[in-house]
Amino acid sequence: MTALSPGVDEPVVGRPANLWRDALRNVLAQRVAQVGLALLSLLIVMAVAAPLIATHDPNSTIGIDEGLLAPGAPPELKGPCIHLIGCPETRPQHLLGIDRNGRDLFSRVVYGSRISLQVGVLTVGFAIVIGTLLGAVAGYAGGWTDNLIMRLMDVLLAFPSLVLAIAIVTILKPGLLNAQLAIGIVAIPVYARVMRASVLSIKERDYVVASRALGESSGGILLRRILPNALTPLIVQGTLGIAGAILDVAALSFLGLGAQPPLAEWGSMIGVERNQLFNAPHLIIAPGIALSLTVLGFNLLGDGLRDALDPRLNR
Amino acid sequence: MLRFILRRVLLTIPVLFGIVFVVFAVARLLPGDPCVAALQERATPEACAIFNARFGLDQPIPAQFWIYLTDILSGDLGDSISQGRPVAEILVERLPLTLELTFFALTLATLFGILFGVISASRRNSAVDVGTMIGANIGVSTPVFVLGLVFIWFFAVVLKETPFALPPGGRLTAGISVVPLAESWGMTEAEGPLRAIVDFFSNIYVFNTLITGQWGPLGDALRHLILPAVALGTIPLSIIARMTRSSLLEVLGQDYIRTARAKGLGERGVVLRHGLRNAILPVVTVIGLSLGGLLAGAVLTESIFGLSGIGKMITESVTARDYAVVQGLTLVTAVIYVTVNLLVDISYGFLDPRIRLQ
Repeated sequence: MTALSPGVDEPVVGRPANLWRDALRNVLAQRVAQVGLALLSLLIVMAVAAPLIATHDPNSTIGIDEGLLAPGAPPELKGPCIHLIGCPETRPQHLLGIDRNGRDLFSRVVYGSRISLQVGVLTVGFAIVIGTLLGAVAGYAGGWTDNLIMRLMDVLLAFPSLVLAIAIVTILKPGLLNAQLAIGIVAIPVYARVMRASVLSIKERDYVVASRALGESSGGILLRRILPNALTPLIVQGTLGIAGAILDVAALSFLGLGAQPPLAEWGSMIGVERNQLFNAPHLIIAPGIALSLTVLGFNLLGDGLRDALDPRLNR
Repeated sequence: MLRFILRRVLLTIPVLFGIVFVVFAVARLLPGDPCVAALQERATPEACAIFNARFGLDQPIPAQFWIYLTDILSGDLGDSISQGRPVAEILVERLPLTLELTFFALTLATLFGILFGVISASRRNSAVDVGTMIGANIGVSTPVFVLGLVFIWFFAVVLKETPFALPPGGRLTAGISVVPLAESWGMTEAEGPLRAIVDFFSNIYVFNTLITGQWGPLGDALRHLILPAVALGTIPLSIIARMTRSSLLEVLGQDYIRTARAKGLGERGVVLRHGLRNAILPVVTVIGLSLGGLLAGAVLTESIFGLSGIGKMITESVTARDYAVVQGLTLVTAVIYVTVNLLVDISYGFLDPRIRLQ
């Protein structure tokens, strides 16, 4: 959202200056948006201040140095010891315990917020840029260009997203960046459709016709007259899209097709430790809760934005 | 009505064609020479020449696409390199499980989603409504793989030794087996497509055990289905509940609802007969669309619960670089998805006569 607003300020000149302030007030009045924003603020603080919050380096195998995982360690030192639910004073204190490789789980969960945030914003940013471009061209040009682009989008939408993403990752080779690219590609049609619909509803309006008559270029009309009007649905869709993108990339990482160990990514952390479920469930539950709350935050904010900004979509 | 159905079917054909094209294009984009991928160290130039001629890879791209298209239409999805047998054969073995799983998940999601949505809407802003919607928001935000693993931990570890314990994975308890339909029906000699169809239905354990009366295995298969189906169905359930609620609330504000109330109709009749019937269309759309999420979620669910369906097969094939399987299964999943949404489209015609006439 913040990435998009700088471009907005310019076209709005001449209208009442409090348009965006009103929108913001509407959003903040929504209970769901408040909860969503609170969760996301927490996430952002966690991501920005990760080095200050984390008690250990997320990748250092500190538990091994402390002898917790050594084969000859005394039995009372072995097994999960989670400070949060009680840990004998004689043992090293780890807030959420340590993982199988002796790394501090709390620190890894904290650092994971950076990856998830970056994954969500970059993936959706990519999809929005390409999608809006395609949708704008389709809507503005019409005719066979429109047909060609939109039928291609229909076909992309005809695949279950994660399945198509897996097929794309197969070509690109597993990795976090490639997983993001795959999920980004799969998400393009949604934004293309939103943008095209906006363009179609606006391009024959008087003020657009007037701009054209004044000799403004097609690119200028798209950028200055049409894009600002399409922003609301794009912002709403984008916020909800971030939630979906984080979920899907985490799912790919869980399957071993996205982020690769030892990177502290929540999905991959759960995937790597899933066999510890029976004796150390916290290794799955802690990153699982972090992931769910992040997705919940974006979902709630998206719902709040939709209710506040787009009464037509009010459901 | 017939014209309406025919038009919808015809509109689907270009999309199906596009799907085949995308899958074909993905195959051509694959890094490396397909011959080297298939023959590995045996890929000498002479062997590759024969291989390319055999599979039409020496032809121009449009001709290759034509070969691919005709192969698919005749049921030939290529051969799996890692298993050394046709992809179609693997499908007969593995698709039934995925269908069974998604069917149960979707049924659960639809029944409970609509139920919760109706309760929520008819008691708007009550504690039940708020609680249901908070639950739906959390449900929609919890990844399938997290929910599945937490379920396994709770029902197989925490509740172990209690009557509520459920198996952590697999399709049947060790020692229990399902008699194949071909055996029950004395068709062990049969071959070809007929046998494939019989085997396909035979591998839908719940169907097989139900019609042949194998009650023990049926109960066991159902017990194994509960956790994966609930884990997989939670996201669509939440979406359906939210959609039912909002759609029903919109309808309940209409004038004819006031009329129905004014003529003394009971609340139940108003909500179900006049309200839900008119509110159901967007819900049906969401049900159709959630199948895409279910098929994708099946990949994760099968991997967590150790179920050998096509979802697990896709991930295994990516790791094994078994491209033909990835392609074949991607294609089949997309075709299933499009077909179901075609059926959803057609169902509109039955649910809302206005759409038929447009």
